[in-house]
Amino acid sequence: MGPFMRLKALLILAVALLGGALAAPASAQIEVDVNQGAIKPMPVAIPDFSGAQRGAEIAQVISGNLERSGLFQPLNVASVADKLMDVNVQPRFPDWQATGAQALVNGQVTVESDGRLRVDFRLWDVYAQQQLLGLQFTSTPENWRRVAHKISDAVYERLTGEKGYFDTRVAFVAESGGKLSRIKRLAIMDQDGANPQYLTDGSYIVMTPRFSSTSQEITYMALRPTGSSIYLFNLQTGRQETVGRFPGMVFAPRFSPDGGKVAFSVEKGGNSDIYVMDLRSRSSTRITTDPSIDTSPSFSPDGSKIVFNSDRGGQAQIYMMNADGSGVRRISFGGGRYTTPVWSPRGDFVAFTKQTGGEFHIGVMRTDGSDERLLTTSYLDEGPTWAPNGRVLMFFRESPGGSSKLWTVDVTGRILRPAPYPGAASDPAWSPLLD
Amino acid sequence: MSFDTRRAVRLALIGLAAASLAACASRPKPMPTTPAAPPPPPAAAEPPPYTPPPPSPVAQGPLPGTVQDFVVNVGERVYFDTDEYSIRADAQPVLAGQAQWLNRYPAVKVRIEGNADERGTREYNLALGARRANAVRDFLVAQGVSNARIETLSYGKEKPIDGGSGEDAWAKNRNARTAITDGAR
Repeated sequence: MGPFMRLKALLILAVALLGGALAAPASAQIEVDVNQGAIKPMPVAIPDFSGAQRGAEIAQVISGNLERSGLFQPLNVASVADKLMDVNVQPRFPDWQATGAQALVNGQVTVESDGRLRVDFRLWDVYAQQQLLGLQFTSTPENWRRVAHKISDAVYERLTGEKGYFDTRVAFVAESGGKLSRIKRLAIMDQDGANPQYLTDGSYIVMTPRFSSTSQEITYMALRPTGSSIYLFNLQTGRQETVGRFPGMVFAPRFSPDGGKVAFSVEKGGNSDIYVMDLRSRSSTRITTDPSIDTSPSFSPDGSKIVFNSDRGGQAQIYMMNADGSGVRRISFGGGRYTTPVWSPRGDFVAFTKQTGGEFHIGVMRTDGSDERLLTTSYLDEGPTWAPNGRVLMFFRESPGGSSKLWTVDVTGRILRPAPYPGAASDPAWSPLLD
Repeated sequence: MSFDTRRAVRLALIGLAAASLAACASRPKPMPTTPAAPPPPPAAAEPPPYTPPPPSPVAQGPLPGTVQDFVVNVGERVYFDTDEYSIRADAQPVLAGQAQWLNRYPAVKVRIEGNADERGTREYNLALGARRANAVRDFLVAQGVSNARIETLSYGKEKPIDGGSGEDAWAKNRNARTAITDGAR
């Protein structure tokens, strides 16, 4: 639990309204359309921040985030004469226009008398010569990366109109060892791969961690020769507990959007059904009774519905039902097997794994099953998880005989790239935006 | 590959496995029963792959009533078709042998572990493995083995026995293993 304590350190967000310089979004001259998948990423200049410390590293983290989104192309601007030493002085725009950058992000780091870092930054439209954003963050010095992530989110949101997703973490399963002797550890890292932490020791199998959308809590499944358990793990306190004992296997846990319930599968005599447990009363209700496989439940963002996986029609397909189990209907109708449905936090799409023609795909469809789009294809792509803005997915990809790696893809399918974790990993779960 | 060809290949494979098992039983030296060696670890930094200890050498074949006797002379695994959990015809004599053996040694307790190949997603495969384990349990109970001596578990696709990535490997990895947990000599 030690490593997580420092995450409790508060980040204070002070919106500095600088003489009306915070322009209304309507006046923006430049914008990026997330839903077009950025056929050509926007060139941006992100020079090292000036000032006391961490200036270069903060600029690097922002550049890395924006570059990985696929929507922006940070330029090498080390040779630009305008060094932007004082964040309150306007940039010399012709210098920046010459780089080809459309947007400029600059900033300054100051150490406060109490030792805290103050980071001021500005976002400029280089051609309109206009400030689009000016914000100030204060934090403890060791939390500088989170400041960089918050600046990244602010820039992304201002330029795309969509919420950012950089001040987030990813829980996942870190893998080691060969295919016949694989060791799996529960792990967590920042979304950019920094600060990886290992939460279990690999002495038992762990799988399918999922974040609560309301707290720093994850739920996951552990599998030992003596049986399976579903755990609730509080990342801040390090405390964990099981959801209780059931006669057979328990698996596929996922929180409700309000964090008050967990849906999961319980297997009895070979038949898997979906149960919902109220975490306050600890009472659980069985909500499917079909003698088929019913698993992988995922709530709608308003909590009223559950999308799930069932083979009641003969092979695995995606079904929808009310949160009490009534009104079941099938929503996937294409050829092939559909599994691991996950409702977007924005409510507009369901992401899934599809198996067809000997290959696996990550795909999205509307919640009524229309508009199906396959975003990826490989020997084995599995287990999508949504970034909190509902526009980017992380999943894992395994090559034949090889190890698993984490990947990201945007909802258009155009921006596909490896996630920044160097090791073998599976079952990613994206956190909500941190506080 | 057509269904018939697949079935033929599978039967041939089972024949091969049976032949190598028989060879194993008659020789003093333990023989590997799977053709594929575990792949080397992908990176130097990783710990060396775990290799299960070979079965202990025995001079006269396994002693009756031992785990070794069960594994070598009866067979601990039966295999399934893709996305299926019905007991195949070729599995029935193996399970009948398991039931007979378990009825002869009533102190023995078992855990039936259901396994799936990697051509499915994790959670679905856990459910599928549970179906397979329970199908084996039902078969053994129907043959007179007390339900109280049997527990079931699904490993989904977490415990492959063949690290390959083709139909041969997947066919081996779709299985249920009857593991003796207690009461053997």
